[in-house]
Amino acid sequence: MRFYYLLLSVFMAGSLSAYSQNTISGNVTTKQNTPLDGAHIHLEQLHAISDADGSYTLRNAPSGQQHVMVSYIGYKSLDTLISVSGTVRLDIKLKPQAEQLEEVVLTENNAIPKNTIHEEKLKTETIEKYSNASLGDALKEIAGVYSLKTGNSIVKPVINGLHSSRVPVISNNVRLEDQQWGTEHAPNLDINSAGKISVIKGASALQYGGDAIGGLVLVEPVSVLKDTLFGKTIMNLASNGRGGSISSSLHKGAEKGWAWNAAGTFKYFGDRQSPDYVLSNTGNRESNFAGDIKYIGNNYDITGSYSLYDATIGIAKATHIGNTADLVRAINSRQPSVIEPFTYKIDAPRQEVVHHLAKINYNQRFDDTSSLSLQYAFQYNSRQEFDIRRGDFKNKPALDLTLITHSAQADWKKEADNLTLKAGASGSMQKNTADPLTDIRPLIPNYNKFDAGAYGIASYAFSNTLTAEAGLRYDFSKMDASKYYQISRWKDLGYEGVYDKFIEENTGSQYLTNPNFTFHNVSASLGIRKQLGYDYQLLANAGLAMRNPNPSELFSDGLHHSNGTIELGNLGIQKEKAYKLSVTLLKTHGDFTFEATPYLNMVDNFIYLSPTNIEYTIRGAFPVYRYRQTDVLMAGLDLHTNWKIDNHWQHSFSGAYIYGQDNTNNLPLIDMPPLNIVNTIRYTKQDWHDLYLEIRSEAMFTQTRYPDNNFTTDVLVDGQLTSTVVDISTPPKGYHLLHFGSGATFKTSNKTALAVGFSVLNIFNTKYRDYLNRQRLYTDDIGRNFQLQLKFNY
Amino acid sequence: MKNLRISALAVLTALTLASCSDDDNTATIVNEEEVITTITATLTPTDGGTAIVLKSQDLDGDGPNAPVVTVSGNFAAGKEYNGAVTFLNELDTPADNITAEVKEEGHEHQIFFQQSSALGTFSYADEDINGRPIGLSFTYKASSTPVTGSLTLTLRHEPNKAGEGVSGGNIANAGGGTDAEVVFNISVQ
Repeated sequence: MRFYYLLLSVFMAGSLSAYSQNTISGNVTTKQNTPLDGAHIHLEQLHAISDADGSYTLRNAPSGQQHVMVSYIGYKSLDTLISVSGTVRLDIKLKPQAEQLEEVVLTENNAIPKNTIHEEKLKTETIEKYSNASLGDALKEIAGVYSLKTGNSIVKPVINGLHSSRVPVISNNVRLEDQQWGTEHAPNLDINSAGKISVIKGASALQYGGDAIGGLVLVEPVSVLKDTLFGKTIMNLASNGRGGSISSSLHKGAEKGWAWNAAGTFKYFGDRQSPDYVLSNTGNRESNFAGDIKYIGNNYDITGSYSLYDATIGIAKATHIGNTADLVRAINSRQPSVIEPFTYKIDAPRQEVVHHLAKINYNQRFDDTSSLSLQYAFQYNSRQEFDIRRGDFKNKPALDLTLITHSAQADWKKEADNLTLKAGASGSMQKNTADPLTDIRPLIPNYNKFDAGAYGIASYAFSNTLTAEAGLRYDFSKMDASKYYQISRWKDLGYEGVYDKFIEENTGSQYLTNPNFTFHNVSASLGIRKQLGYDYQLLANAGLAMRNPNPSELFSDGLHHSNGTIELGNLGIQKEKAYKLSVTLLKTHGDFTFEATPYLNMVDNFIYLSPTNIEYTIRGAFPVYRYRQTDVLMAGLDLHTNWKIDNHWQHSFSGAYIYGQDNTNNLPLIDMPPLNIVNTIRYTKQDWHDLYLEIRSEAMFTQTRYPDNNFTTDVLVDGQLTSTVVDISTPPKGYHLLHFGSGATFKTSNKTALAVGFSVLNIFNTKYRDYLNRQRLYTDDIGRNFQLQLKFNY
Repeated sequence: MKNLRISALAVLTALTLASCSDDDNTATIVNEEEVITTITATLTPTDGGTAIVLKSQDLDGDGPNAPVVTVSGNFAAGKEYNGAVTFLNELDTPADNITAEVKEEGHEHQIFFQQSSALGTFSYADEDINGRPIGLSFTYKASSTPVTGSLTLTLRHEPNKAGEGVSGGNIANAGGGTDAEVVFNISVQ
C-alpha cells in the first residue's frame, strides 16, 4: 500500500505544476462523421496519427501561422494554414478521392458533440492488449467498471456496482441474449472481433432498451470507409495456463461498393496457477469467428453478419461441494481440497457454451439529414454445464439450456441544424428450452417471451456550447413459462392458494405449472452537455429505468453446487425501478485531462438474494437463499485522469468508490466493489520503434461495508456435531498488484509492421483473493504471468 | 441493386414469419435419477437374531422437507454385527438402487463411520479395485458397556482415498464432495 501512496503523492505534486504549451487536437472524420482511424496529421516535424475514434493530438506546436497537412489513403489530402496559440481545436472532414473535386469541409471551432451521453471508449491498443483474455477483463480499464469473476476465465463487467441483467451487452447493434442473468455466465463474445468497445453508465441510451439500470456495454465491429484491404494477426503466449491465443482479421473497406470483415480466434489454456498451487481444472478453449459483408450504394447500404462463439471453460474442481460441512472445510483450510499436477485436460465441472448470431441490416439515407435503419437478428445460444456426477450421469450435462431469440428493429434518425431526432421500434421473440435429459430438475424452466418497445429521443443544440437531450421509451413484455414444481416446494414458497391459477396438472409429487406475466414499462432520460470555457465540458443526466425480473429471479429452484446453497426464485417478484442522476466533468484538452463522474442511483424493488433458513437433505444441511426485494441507494464517484508529463512520460489514474445501502433493512448492500485505484506510468520513445514501457499499479482496498450473512451449521468435529459459524460474508483483505508492460513496433515493409509486446502481470506473485470472485472462498487468485504478444499488421 | 434489396427484404420476411410459428414449449417432467433419497444400514448379529435397521428417508430429495431418520432398536453390549449399507432413489418407480453404482465406482467412493462417544468398533469389510475400503459392507463390534451416542454415516464422492488414515476410516484427510450425511442416535444396552 505504501507504494500506492508514494505514487499518489508524485501524481498530486505533478498535477499542481502548470504546463502551458501549444497543442492542436480534434477529430478526423468523413463527411458522414465516420471517424477515420490512422489518418496522418503533420505540422513541420510534428506528426500524429488519429485513433479509432478519429481523435488526434499534436503537442508542442510552435506559435503563429502554421501549415497543417492531413492525409488518409483513399481520401483527398488537406493542406491548411491555422493560427496556433495555446490550445487549438481543429476538426477535419475529408472527402473520398473518387468524388469530384470539391471544397473540403473544414471546421475550426469548438462545437461540442450533439448528444449528452458520455461514452467511455477503450482504445484499440487496450482491446489488443486483452486479446487472449475477455471483454470483462478489458472493460476493467475504465474507471467505475469492476469485474465479477468465477475463477479467471468467466468475467462479467460490473458497472457502478451492477452487473448481469442490469448491464446489457449490445454486440454489433444486437442485444446479446446469452443467459446473461447468471452471475457465472460471461458475455458470449470474442473481444478480438471488436473494432470499438465502449461503456455508457446508466440507462440514458434509450435506443438500446429501457432496462439498463447499471449501464450498457457497446461492442461494434471494425468499419473501414476507404478502398483498401488490410489485416492483422495477433499471437499471444502466456506462462500462466501455459497457453495462448491466435487471432487474425482481414478487412476490405470501401467508400462505395462491397466491403467485408472476417476475424477468427483460437484460445487454448491449461490449468492456471496461483502463487502456491495449481488451480486444478481451470483450463479453457475458445474458437470464434465473426464476419460481415456489406454493400454500400449511393444512399443506402446493406450488411449481413454472422458470428460464432464456442467456448469450453473449466471450473476449479475445489469449488464443487456436497454440503455446508464441505463448505466449512473449504473456508477454514484456506487451501483448495483438490490440487493436482498441471494439465490441459478439462474435466467436470465445466461449461460448454456456443453462441451464434446472424443479422441483416439495411440502412437508407433519405437526404443528408435523415436515415432509416432496419435490422433483423437471430441468436442461438446453447449452454451446457457439466458437474461432478456419478456413473452413467458423468457425461450428461447437469444443465442444458437452449435459448433462441429473434429480434427486429427499425431506427430512424434526423439531423437538422440544431435538432437531432431519433425514433424507433423493436420487437423480439425468445424461446428457452431446458433439456430434460439431464435428469436434474432444471434451474431455469422452458419459457416463451415476447417483447416490443418504441422510443423517441430529441436533442437540441441551443448554442455551440449547450446541448440538451430528452428521451422516452415504452416497453411491453410477456412471458409464458412451463415448469414442474415439487408440491412440497410449492407449499414452502407460499404459493398454495395464491398461484393456483398457474397449476395445470398434478402428478402426485409435482405440479405442472404455467406461470405467465405481462409487464408495461416506461423509461425516460434527460440530459445536458455544456462547454465551460475552452477546456471543460459538463454533462448532467437524469434517467428512469425499469427492469423486469429475469427467469432466475422468478423461477430458480434448486441446489447450486458451487456455492452449496439452495436458491429459490419467487413468482411474486416485481420489476425494479431505478432513478439515476449523474454528472460528468470532462477536461478534454491540454496535457492534463480528466473525467470525474459522481452519481446517485436509487433502485426501488431491487432484487437480491437473501439467506433465510437452513434446509436438511440426505446430503446434509444447506443454507437457503431466496430472492427478495428492497429499496437501495448507490452513490459513488468515478475518476480518471491523464497527464502528459513531457514527450516521453505519461501518467494515468483511475479510481472508483461506491457506497451501496439497503435502505429498507438499513444494511450495507452486498457485493459492492471495494474502493479501487489504478496508477499507470508510461514511458514512450517514438524514435526507438515506438517503444513503450509501463508500470501499472492496481490497489484494491478491503470492502468494509457488507451485510453479515454468516450462519451456523452443525459440523462433525471428532464425531461430535458442533455448531460452527460459516463465514461466507467477510470480504477478503485488500491487495496491491504491480504489472509491467512493454512494446515496440518494427516496420517490415511500406505497408506491414510487426509489433512485439512483453508483459508481466502480478510481478511479485502476490497471493490475493478478490471480493467479487465467486471462487474466493475456495482458492487464491492467479499468480504471476509472463506474456508475449506478436502483432502483424498487413 | 434493386434485386438485392428485394431479396434481402424477402429473406427478412421469411425469417420473421418462421419465427412467429407458435410452437409448444411445455416442460417435460424430470424424475431425478441421481438423487439419493434413502440410506439404509442393516446390522445383523453374527450369531443370528433380529437385525437392527438404521434408515434415513427424504422423499422430496432437495425439496424443503427434512429427511425422516429411524433406528429400529438397541444394540446389545459386546455383540458383533455384520453391516450392509444400501442407497436408494425412491423418486423413481420402481425405486432405483444406487448401491450397485457406488460399488462399481468403489474407487471413487467411501463411506465413513464417525461416533460421538465410544459406541464400539467399525471395520471395513469390502475393497475397491485398488484394494482400498468402500464401506458398503462393514462389521460393528458394540461397546462392551452400555452407552448412547450418535453415529454419523457419510458417503464421500471422489475422496482422496490415498490420504493419510483415510483407508482406516479417518475422514479428516478425505476431501471430496459429500453425497450423503446422516446422523443416527444409537443406544448400546
